[in-house]
Amino acid sequence: MCLSIPVKVISVDGEYAEVDFQGVKKSVGITFVKDVRVGDYLLVHSGFAIEKIGEEEALETLRLWEEIESAGNIG
Amino acid sequence: MQEILDKFRRPELGKQVLAELIPKLNQAADKFGRKLSFMEVCGTHTVSISHTGIRDLLSNYVNLKSGPGCPVCVTDHSDIDAMLELARQEKVTLTTFGDMVRVPGKGGSLAEQKAEGADIRIVYSTLDAVQIAEDNPGRDVVFLGIGFETTTPTVAAALQVAEKKRVDNFYLYSVHKVVPPAMHVLLSDPDVKIDGFILPGHVSVVLGRKAWDFVAEDYNCPAAVVGFEAVDILLGINDLADQVLNGQAKVSNMYSRAVKEEGNPAARQMVDRYFTPGDAAWRGIGIVPGSGMFIRDEFRRFRAEEKYPVAVSDSQPPRGCACGEVLKGKIWPQQCPLFGATCTPVSPVGPCMVSSEGACSAYYRYHRE
Repeated sequence: MCLSIPVKVISVDGEYAEVDFQGVKKSVGITFVKDVRVGDYLLVHSGFAIEKIGEEEALETLRLWEEIESAGNIG
Repeated sequence: MQEILDKFRRPELGKQVLAELIPKLNQAADKFGRKLSFMEVCGTHTVSISHTGIRDLLSNYVNLKSGPGCPVCVTDHSDIDAMLELARQEKVTLTTFGDMVRVPGKGGSLAEQKAEGADIRIVYSTLDAVQIAEDNPGRDVVFLGIGFETTTPTVAAALQVAEKKRVDNFYLYSVHKVVPPAMHVLLSDPDVKIDGFILPGHVSVVLGRKAWDFVAEDYNCPAAVVGFEAVDILLGINDLADQVLNGQAKVSNMYSRAVKEEGNPAARQMVDRYFTPGDAAWRGIGIVPGSGMFIRDEFRRFRAEEKYPVAVSDSQPPRGCACGEVLKGKIWPQQCPLFGATCTPVSPVGPCMVSSEGACSAYYRYHRE
């Protein structure tokens, strides 16, 4: 099951972090992700974070299409 | 950040991508004299592609086929029967992810056994199963380890907790598998005619984009690592269409916000500590070399099958069940003679209909006329 969900980090305590998924708070293991900070977005699967979600990369993926969209609006 | 992530669900953006994509798919169809076929190999993709409506929306332009991506569905029936037998052991508390519970096997499903009094508990995380073992020292708590590269690290991390806390009554029955060896089998099968692969986003978070280069390099097949939102899926299909039209074969990373080139080495190292690869049987495919993950000898004390040797000798797949053909994308679910007739979500015959990520279950929900 690839069913991982993106969650926001509220607090960090050693190998665990308290995270918020749209209002629901849960504790997840962060042993697989380096340097977790409050405010980070993590991808969580079966009680463990498997990666940090990259804001830069997300913006990059969207950038090309948003350029096309705004070009369309001008033209 | 949430606003950024929400953009991957925006219908306007989706329509924009579609407007570019559909002409390309038509162009490719004209060029090759047939519709292209792309295959995903991830149960969550099977469901997302159906649930977002993309499969139906594009059905006139491209075949979006489902491959062996559902870990419950590819579990061999002899393993299913062994798990059912474990549940019958007096001292065993069986813990499992939810989608295993209704899979039919010899003597009935886990759900049926639970109704008859067997101690079977559904958990969200393997850590919960370790906790149950700690809280119930008089029981032997067996966890059913099912899942691909995304899940196995979390199970390994739970084994580490059990090891550190000396939880002596926790056991694992591992049918964990890895996807790349199955891809080799699909790509080598002349009957599996696929023009491009939609690669599993979260398996790739662990493995890395680079791990899939063999798809393009060894088999000259286009591939893209794809996420799970509607826009992610459309961007992935768009990239594959571009590759086909340009006569290219490479492995694009269309899910860069989560998938790194090298993946997550810490997750892989945790798996390597406790597991070693070996040959494993996949339903419908047969033995796939090096595709199964087994507990290392050093940690054999966790092996449920050594504590309870329950191998079932007369295990039979259900009669008439065509899950094997469905899993390789050779037939659509609707082409299985049992689909929607004797095999339905309420009374499933095979695992493809039971599992929430099974192709038949998804197609029953979203693609029945």
